[in-house]
Amino acid sequence: MPSTVVIRRVIKPALFVACALPLLSVVLAAFGIGGASLGANPVERIQDTFGQWGLRFLCITLAVTPVRDWLNMPWLVQLRRMLGLYAFFYVLMHFLTWLILDQGFYWSGILKDIGERPFITIGFTALLLLVPLAITSTNKMMRRLGKRWKALHRLIYPICLLAVWHYYWQVKADTTEPLIYLAIVLVLLGWRAWKTRSGRASVVAAREPS
Amino acid sequence: MLIRRPRPGDSAAILPSEITSESAYLNRRKLLQAALAAGVAGIGAGWVSEAGAVSDLNVKRNARYSLSDEPNSYEDITTYNNFYEFGLDKSDPSENSSRFKPAPWTVAVSGEAENTGEFALEDILKGQAIEERVYRLRCVEAWSMVIPWAGIPLADVLKKFKPTSKAKYVAFKTVLRPEEMPGQRSRSLDWPYVEGLRIDEAMHPLSLLAVGLYGKTLPNQNGAPLRLITPWKYGFKGIKSIVEIRFTEKQPPTTWNISAPHEYGFYANVNPNVDHPRWSQARERKIGAGIFGSRVPTLMFNGYEKEVASLYKGMDLKKFY
Ligand code: HEM
Repeated sequence: MPSTVVIRRVIKPALFVACALPLLSVVLAAFGIGGASLGANPVERIQDTFGQWGLRFLCITLAVTPVRDWLNMPWLVQLRRMLGLYAFFYVLMHFLTWLILDQGFYWSGILKDIGERPFITIGFTALLLLVPLAITSTNKMMRRLGKRWKALHRLIYPICLLAVWHYYWQVKADTTEPLIYLAIVLVLLGWRAWKTRSGRASVVAAREPS
Repeated sequence: MLIRRPRPGDSAAILPSEITSESAYLNRRKLLQAALAAGVAGIGAGWVSEAGAVSDLNVKRNARYSLSDEPNSYEDITTYNNFYEFGLDKSDPSENSSRFKPAPWTVAVSGEAENTGEFALEDILKGQAIEERVYRLRCVEAWSMVIPWAGIPLADVLKKFKPTSKAKYVAFKTVLRPEEMPGQRSRSLDWPYVEGLRIDEAMHPLSLLAVGLYGKTLPNQNGAPLRLITPWKYGFKGIKSIVEIRFTEKQPPTTWNISAPHEYGFYANVNPNVDHPRWSQARERKIGAGIFGSRVPTLMFNGYEKEVASLYKGMDLKKFY
């Protein structure tokens, strides 16, 4: 296991930079730096890139605990907050791209879309649910909420399902990719359910007089 | 560049195909460079044939069909479009279509007509002047372009086949070549792609059989060598790489309608008042407007209301979407 200093001074900063690379790629392409370009429909490209990375970071965040157990690397949990906040960041950018660049603050259309188009309603719900998680991600909040913190942060489970559902619903013809994400999320959630169940079973078994 | 013969009364006659935007120019240069580089590396067959595939056409601008909006660049038109036969992403058609062979080409004509059979593309085009027409294109996904097509009126072609009085509809079919069209190897849609028009829509002067773009033959990714353009309808009605024309008495099936009947109808007329179930059709994003170019209102029948509204008189367009 890496020392606390290595985690704080090396691993976390490196991860911070790595997680910002998708953002950097968008910015470079927007300015045409290094021959990159956003193509014929830059707004769509920006919005899709942020949406894709939002979903990826949600899955990565959800994977931290299982991977920690599978690989027996308890220190991985120390990276979870940053990954979760990046998920929120990319989803927020995805939403703001839509609001500002795509809709151009065209409020009547925006409200109608959020209220009447199920795939947007679902995405918006997922975003709203992410807000309290981001706000309560500080150490202080964790301490203050105590046990309730864990309960609150279980919201990430429905959020991930909503996010995949949102993706699945906006696809025009080929649903392969959203179904792959669905499989990933189901495995990660299923593992938790299985662990809870078997954990409870073993507790019950331990209580039985032998 | 093509040689244009100026005609009297044709004063503002600069063909959009003569205005080579900088990006198109750079793109061509990039293509050439890539072809050269790839050729040197000995792996360039695809690139070279793609770069060589389009050739100049002798086109005459039809001033009746021009627009005040500037056409999109050649690069945008040829690298951002839907052609699911080559993949689902907008960049897939340009990236995956170099192995497609648009020549030689024949079209099978059948059904309620006197003059049916197999026709070589050259014979279909024989004696027809190729016109340049600048049309708006509105995709059902709520983006749009302005494109200088080169083609011949569909009506002129259909009349050659002498449809009978029983011909109420015209059905079209795209070529089925999974070996050359990688998208056809997956079941994203029911291949081959089929489309159709009511006969009066097909005979409408706006309906165009396009064989070119920007004064050159169609590149593979845009539906070479022959495709349909109906500018008042959503882009997916514009079936590409046509190998079959059939005159029918009954309304023919259409691919997107088979795929999602509640989302895509037979008519697919551009209509800002009838939304797609999942998104609004009221406004569209103009390709080429850049990051800060906001959406603009979509026009009824994509701005061709005067010409085509009479075709649908008395029809409930919410029902016949
Ligand atoms: C947890 C929250 C969210 C996630 C993970 C997410 C993710 C995604 C993904 C992966 C896509 C597909 C991108 C592609 O085609 O490559 C997408 C599309 C889309 N999302 Fe979200 N999204 C979220 C929330 C939202 C919100 C709050 C809105 C707006 C209110 C929104 C609006 C859209 C729209 C309009 C599209 C379609 C874009 C297009 O047509 O290209 N999403 N989203």
